[in-house]
Amino acid sequence: MDNKELKVDFSRYDYGEKEAIEELEEIPSEYKEKAKEVGIEVDKGGGVYFQIDHNIIYQKLIERLRRKGIIIMSIGEALRRFAWAKKYYWHALSSRSDKISKIAEGYRRNGYFIYVPPRLKLDEPIQTCLFIAKQNIAQPVHNLVIVGDGAEVTLITGCTAITEEALHIGVSEFYIGNNAKLTFIMIHNWTPKVHVRPRTGVIVGKGGIFVNYYVNMRPGITLQTLPKAILHDGAKAYLTSIIKSGRKALVDVGGRIVFKGNDTRGEVITRSVVTDRSEVTMRGILETEGNVNARGHLECRGLLLSDNAKAIAIPQLEARGMRANLTHEAAIGKISEEELNYLMAKGFTEEEAVSIIVRGFLEAGVELLPENVREGVRLALDSMAKSL
Amino acid sequence: MIFKVEDLWVKVQGHDKYILKGVDLSIGKGEVHVLMGPNGSGKSTLLKTIIGMPQYKIARGTILFMGKEINNLQPYERAKMGIGIAFQSPPRIRVKTEYLIKLITTKFRTRLLPYEEYGISHLVSRDLYNGFSGGEMKRTEMYLTILQRPKLALLDEPDSGVDVDSLALIAKGIEQLMEEGASILLVTHLGYILKYLDVVTELHVMINGKIVYSGEPEKALDLILTHGYSYFVKGGD
Repeated sequence: MDNKELKVDFSRYDYGEKEAIEELEEIPSEYKEKAKEVGIEVDKGGGVYFQIDHNIIYQKLIERLRRKGIIIMSIGEALRRFAWAKKYYWHALSSRSDKISKIAEGYRRNGYFIYVPPRLKLDEPIQTCLFIAKQNIAQPVHNLVIVGDGAEVTLITGCTAITEEALHIGVSEFYIGNNAKLTFIMIHNWTPKVHVRPRTGVIVGKGGIFVNYYVNMRPGITLQTLPKAILHDGAKAYLTSIIKSGRKALVDVGGRIVFKGNDTRGEVITRSVVTDRSEVTMRGILETEGNVNARGHLECRGLLLSDNAKAIAIPQLEARGMRANLTHEAAIGKISEEELNYLMAKGFTEEEAVSIIVRGFLEAGVELLPENVREGVRLALDSMAKSL
Repeated sequence: MIFKVEDLWVKVQGHDKYILKGVDLSIGKGEVHVLMGPNGSGKSTLLKTIIGMPQYKIARGTILFMGKEINNLQPYERAKMGIGIAFQSPPRIRVKTEYLIKLITTKFRTRLLPYEEYGISHLVSRDLYNGFSGGEMKRTEMYLTILQRPKLALLDEPDSGVDVDSLALIAKGIEQLMEEGASILLVTHLGYILKYLDVVTELHVMINGKIVYSGEPEKALDLILTHGYSYFVKGGD
């Protein structure tokens, strides 16, 4: 999958010697502040997993949630303690699918394990933070989320770095039970020389709903991800990616939905603001597995803010049989003069007008998120539109 | 005099022809001036030049606002000084209407006005002008203009393509601007809105880039309705 330009010299990073676990009572305040930028408010959350480099430094599961049967812990601990957890490990994804996955398997250095028991509808979001603090480190994580039948949960993952150079590999497997719902919000904010490779596989059971909302405020040097959701009968998936790339970043993002069952619906939306000398490829794949009754829509939109930036849209539809209805739209362009002039006549400077238009462009998919997390997400989007 | 245009000559960028050919106009504080004229006579061009839209190039003449020449000011500087404009056909913008409303109140340090009084409650959660009807567009544009609390409001055909209910709401908006002491320059093609307005200071007729008639509104309107603009083209009596 990697383009030639997206190649990474994996050997130059420090993968850590052993599975070190160092738990702290308190997260240093400077880390807390940094985590806030990516939507993580440790002090507010009832369920929190905070990992720095290879170490889980903070875990919190308040008694009220524990009593409901929720489990939050490192994947290492979960695999040791629960035999049943093993059947979910490398099931939605294959460890042999690409080099990234092989590395993740070979050097597993934690990641979160979250279990939500059947029928539990949790209002407050669970928060996880994957934080890189050490220079030249590789942070391969493997995350596992299991949402029981009929349960509903929101998970916010913030990933960020305070060091210049690093490699972040995030394997995530999500299992959404029948009639269950997972809203997964991932906010990334990277430093200039970080390579980022999420690998996400999701299986949505009958009548289940998967809402994936990915915001990348600042990619590192390269980013490549294409989360894949497999939908069983009556399941729905909404995959939104909001990207603002800058500097010389090479970004390849999007989403893939496999319509496996009947009466499935899915939507993949990618919006990219492309600045400086960066390059963004927006991919979307909607495919039916066999002749199923499925409806899907794909949207890729790029907004170019620089003559040296590049945007590519690659929407792909694969329908097998006559029962699928798959559509797509793609558009790449610049900010319209007319809109800019209108806003300037309303009292905004050119800079402010650009920021308003960019902010509006970034606002996609927020309405799919629960009310109580929208504000945090909007703050991230606001800050993306301001720093142009 | 809060506002004055003297011998204004204007071209549109990239074109040789003058659209405005020596326009003179003065507006006092709290006055309501109506500008009428056939299509293409230069009415909208005058408003867009006053607000400073970049494609309208002033070749000659001056625009004075609050005693200061504003020919070379940026649109946002003019807006900050107190000039507000309601466009005839504003562009669709992918930004939530309510978001822009909040930004305007912050920018101009004004209070939010109740949406329902302007008939825009159902529109604020939508992208600006995305799929709005003619009336909805004009009402929203009017609301945004009032929100700025302008000293001079430029209203470009707020009455074209709207239903009767919208017309009444827009007229109410104009009255509100008047009550707040704003001066108004109102462009109307057919003059529908005038039926709703009690006080008009002066009516001007623009033909081919020049104001050819300025005077008492009833008389001018009567002439337009009876003879059409051709009366003014010929020079009248």
